[in-house]
Amino acid sequence: MSHESASDSAFIAPLQHSPLHAEHVALGAAFTDFGGWQMPVRYSSDLAEHHAVRTAAGIFDISHMAEISVTGADAGAFLDYALAGRLSSLPLLKAKYSLLLDEHGGIVDDLIVYASAEAEYLVVANASNRHAVVEALVARQTDFEVQLSDLTEHLALIAVQGPVSRTVLEATEGLELRDDLSRGRTLDSLGYYAAMGMAFHSTSVLVARTGYTGEDGFELYVDAEQAVALWRALLAAGEPLGLVPCGLAARDTLRLEAGMPLYGHELGRSIQPSQAGLGRVVVTDKPRFVGKAAIDAGLAPDARVLVGLTTEGRRAPRADYPVMHGDTEVGLITSGALSPTLGYPVAMAFVDPAVREPGTALEVDVRGTRVAATVVSLPFYDRKAAS
Amino acid sequence: MSVPNDLQYTAEHEWVRLDGDIATVGITQYAADALGDVVYVDLPKAGAAMTVGSIVGEVESTKSVGELYAPLDGEVVEANDAVAASPETINADPYGEGWLVKVRVSGTPTLMSADEYRALIGG
Repeated sequence: MSHESASDSAFIAPLQHSPLHAEHVALGAAFTDFGGWQMPVRYSSDLAEHHAVRTAAGIFDISHMAEISVTGADAGAFLDYALAGRLSSLPLLKAKYSLLLDEHGGIVDDLIVYASAEAEYLVVANASNRHAVVEALVARQTDFEVQLSDLTEHLALIAVQGPVSRTVLEATEGLELRDDLSRGRTLDSLGYYAAMGMAFHSTSVLVARTGYTGEDGFELYVDAEQAVALWRALLAAGEPLGLVPCGLAARDTLRLEAGMPLYGHELGRSIQPSQAGLGRVVVTDKPRFVGKAAIDAGLAPDARVLVGLTTEGRRAPRADYPVMHGDTEVGLITSGALSPTLGYPVAMAFVDPAVREPGTALEVDVRGTRVAATVVSLPFYDRKAAS
Repeated sequence: MSVPNDLQYTAEHEWVRLDGDIATVGITQYAADALGDVVYVDLPKAGAAMTVGSIVGEVESTKSVGELYAPLDGEVVEANDAVAASPETINADPYGEGWLVKVRVSGTPTLMSADEYRALIGG
C-alpha cells in the first residue's frame, strides 16, 4: 500500500505550532504539515467530522492563518491600491473577501479583510502565502501613510461552523456581549461577513460571521494567551449540542462541496480572477491598483475557466487528473473528492471555454480509466437549497 | 497502534495471514489510519494472477488514494465483496472483517514479522 497525500509540504523547514497544539495532542489528533505549520488533519474520522458540521457543529483550529494589521490615515486608500477590491468603502466591522494580485493580474493570495476599527484593517492571508503577502504589502506601501504589523504569532483563530454554532457561542462560559465592544450587535443579528467585539473574561475577541464550510458559522480571533481557555470553553459548551473538533481533512471536503477555492489548487499566480469565477472581486474602475493593466487587457479568448464537475461511480477525480472531451484533453482537475454530503464524486477543474457550459458531457482520466463527468454550476452544496 | 503478532507484513503496509497455501491479505491499521475514512475499494477478481510487487487494487479515502501491492505470488481465490460495499469496515476492523483478498500462494513468500513491521512504522 503506498500513500500519497495532497497536503504534504514540499520542503523541510521547522514546523510552527498553534497555541492550541497541546490541546490537539490531548484530543488524539493526527497531524499534517500545512503551509509550514503542523495542524490537526483529523481527530477521529474525516467523515464524522464533516457530517457534524453539516448537521450540528464543528470547531476548527485555524491559527495557521496569517493576520496582518494595516493602520494609519491612508489605510483604506493603501488597500485600494494594494488589493483588488475597494476596501476604503468597507463599513466598520464588516468583512470582505479580496485578492492580492501581481502586476500580471495573477493571484498572489486570496484574503479576508476586516475593517476592525477606525483607520484599521485586519488582513487575513493563507499560511503558505504569509511571507509573499507581507512582502507585497511592504513593497506597495511607499506612497502611503500606513503601518503594517504581522500579528500571526500573537493571535489564535478558532472557527465554529455548523447550524448550531450560534447556540454554541451563546452557551460559552465567559464569552459575553459588552456594549463598548459589540456596539449594539448580537450573535443573532450579526450578518454574514460582519464582525463584532465580544468579551472573553478580561480580553476582547473579534467574532466574525465568516467561514470556509458552506454552513452558518463564526470565526474568533483571540490573543494567543487566551486561546486554550476559549477553545476549552467552546468545546464544553458545544459538546452537548453535537459539536466535535474537526481537522483539515473535513475542512477541505466541506469547502469543496461549498465550491470555495483553495489557494494552490483553484488559485495561483498563473490564474487571473475571472478564470476562477472571481471577476466580481476585482473593482476595475479604481484609478490604479496593482495588476490593473493586465486585468484591463482582459483574458485571452481561449483562457481556461474554473467549473464544477460531477462524475459517475465512486472514484473521485483528484488534482491534476486530465479532463477529456473525446480524444482531446480539455482541462485539468484542481480538487476532487467523493462528496460526503451528496454521496457522489465532485471536483473542480480548469477547462477550455468551449466546454464550460453546465450540462456538457466530459470524461476524467482517473488513473488510466475514463470516468463519465458532467459540468455543473457551483456550489455543489448550498445549505439554503438543502434545507 | 495494533500490529498483531500472528500476522506477517510488507513494507507497503499490508498484512498477510498464511493458512496452508491460502493467504488472507489486508492493509494494516497504520495504513488505514494514515488514509483516513476509506470510501472506495477496488479489488482484483477471483482467478486473477498476482505477482509480488505489482499493483492489484486501490484503497481510496476522502483525502487520498493508496495503491494495493501484491504481497506475494499467487492466484486470487476470493475478494471481500462486503468490504467493497462497506469500505468503512477497513477502518473499523482492518485485521478482521476488513480483509481484502484471499490468495492461493505459489512459492514461498518473503514477508516481515510483526516486530520488523513495528520497527518500520516506528511503533
